[in-house]
Amino acid sequence: MDGRLQGQRLTLAYEERTVAADLDVTIADGSFTVIVGPNACGKSTLLKALARVLRPVTGTVLLDGAGITTYHSKEVARRLGMLPQQPVVPNSIVVEDLVARGRYAHQRMLRQWSAADEEAVTEAMRLTEVSELADRFAEELSGGQRQRVWLAMVLAQQTGILLLDEPTTFLDLAHQFDVLDICADLHDQGRTIVAVLHDLNHACRYATDLIVMKAGAVVAQGPPGDVMTPALVEDVFGVPCRVIPDPETGTPMIVPGDRARRRGLSSPLSGSASA
Amino acid sequence: MTRARTTTRLVVRKGPIAVRVAVRPLAVGLILILLAMSVGMVNLASGDIPLPFADVLRTLIGQGDPGAEFIVLDLRLPRVAVGLLAGAALGVSGAVFQSLTRNPLGSPDFVGLTVGAATGALLAILVFNASGLSVAASAIVGCMITSVLIYLLAFRDGVQPFRLILMGIGVSALLEAFNSFLILRARIEDAVEAQVWQIGSVGGRDLLHVAIVGVPLLVVLPLILRLGRSLTMMRLGDETAALQGVPVERDRALLALGAVVLAAASTAAAGPVSFVALAAPHLAARLSRGSGPGVLPAAAMGALLMTGSDWVAQRILPDQDVPVGVVTAAVGGAYLTWLLVAEWRRGRRG
Repeated sequence: MDGRLQGQRLTLAYEERTVAADLDVTIADGSFTVIVGPNACGKSTLLKALARVLRPVTGTVLLDGAGITTYHSKEVARRLGMLPQQPVVPNSIVVEDLVARGRYAHQRMLRQWSAADEEAVTEAMRLTEVSELADRFAEELSGGQRQRVWLAMVLAQQTGILLLDEPTTFLDLAHQFDVLDICADLHDQGRTIVAVLHDLNHACRYATDLIVMKAGAVVAQGPPGDVMTPALVEDVFGVPCRVIPDPETGTPMIVPGDRARRRGLSSPLSGSASA
Repeated sequence: MTRARTTTRLVVRKGPIAVRVAVRPLAVGLILILLAMSVGMVNLASGDIPLPFADVLRTLIGQGDPGAEFIVLDLRLPRVAVGLLAGAALGVSGAVFQSLTRNPLGSPDFVGLTVGAATGALLAILVFNASGLSVAASAIVGCMITSVLIYLLAFRDGVQPFRLILMGIGVSALLEAFNSFLILRARIEDAVEAQVWQIGSVGGRDLLHVAIVGVPLLVVLPLILRLGRSLTMMRLGDETAALQGVPVERDRALLALGAVVLAAASTAAAGPVSFVALAAPHLAARLSRGSGPGVLPAAAMGALLMTGSDWVAQRILPDQDVPVGVVTAAVGGAYLTWLLVAEWRRGRRG
């Protein structure tokens, strides 16, 4: 499998706590890869390592065939962009200035606002539909607006690879789809997208590739239709379920078992007295 | 409530140059510089022997009579220059630290850096009977040691800005007690001088003091301006900055070093003047409404606050020269109180 972005034999840790050991992962070029897995399985940690904000204890992240640490930091930011989970919202900065910050890696001391910079910012704001918010202060936006603004900033970077750490968390359903649709549009334009998502049904709908993680290891990788089985979901999340075709898209849809089944009882009505 | 505004920006694209500047911060910066210079001129012209502005100007360009030359160049200019330069250095230092810590309280006078510099200087004056350059050097060493100490004490798998500030306040209190102890133990004449110095004063300065703060400012300010874009990015948080391609560790170390040197140099020249580093970046940002660290407006505001305070200090008591630090502390204390109340009200509303 071809991959501009790969992790080889990665051991990832915070302080003493090892999150993942000996992890191999390849992000398929041009894919919309979604990483799923239970809390604390190392999804976000993997994403941080792939984006060079977390240094692996051992192993290497390869970007375009070379170790990611061998690049100048600006060079990495021109090839790979990442939207972190909860970015700090600075005070008194208007949306357009914030999006323009995404051009840092393309700018130099005397070349800070070229025509290309201006185009990239305008285009990023158009794609994420935040153009009319240009003069608003970032701190007074709603969660959905703010997330689109952050996305615009990362888009302004104009990178071929885009990593998104739980981009839909804290958003209502409509705004979740807004963000995912933008990602799908970007994928259609040929970018490689890697997103950590919690909702398995969203993951199956949007992903071309699923990476399923459990306790710091990749347990399955491939198209959702091949990967997503009841056995896998039960093994990874501990939730018995059925997997049926999504009536809207035909992609796998996970229907969790009811309470009794999840508790390992044969039927909701039998054995309730002894439980 | 929706605050919307349009920012007027100037785009210049010519040859290899392509820049965009927000007009307002630029204009505010220029006006502040003009104001600081004007107050400086007033300070040069006024005093026990008032001089007309025309005479002061003539003397400054080297065409004054010997009497005016002595008063303006020898007596008053060092004082005015030290005030302007030390104020600018404090403003820059404060702007850098507040941006690095992302906290308005993270300024060198609040977290004990200027107090540490004072400890160095007091040890030199009172214990080793030093004077001039070696006092300045001791102040810089004291400031460096204090900053390293605060950093190490606050370090626990990385340094959180807030922990750094709290630790700084603690260390600052300790050092202040130690400074008072040093003064108490000194001979009475030395103690009076040291006490005045400890409040922060620009009286009785000479060319050496001008150089002590001027040379570091000349060296460090360009470096800080060069790293200004990194600083702007770091205001978005270290992780976002790193993801955008900023070499965060390296640039943060350089910026912090530069800001420590400036705080130390200004303390070496004018004593630990309080609140200028805290208030100048804030006031400048309020006026310029810029989204960056606003290093230059903060420098201009610092210079203006210092010379303005000195103008007031020379007029409070008819027969006595009040140290400038008394005025900056009073003005700054009032400003800080107002700031906290305003923030608290805003926090309650939102």
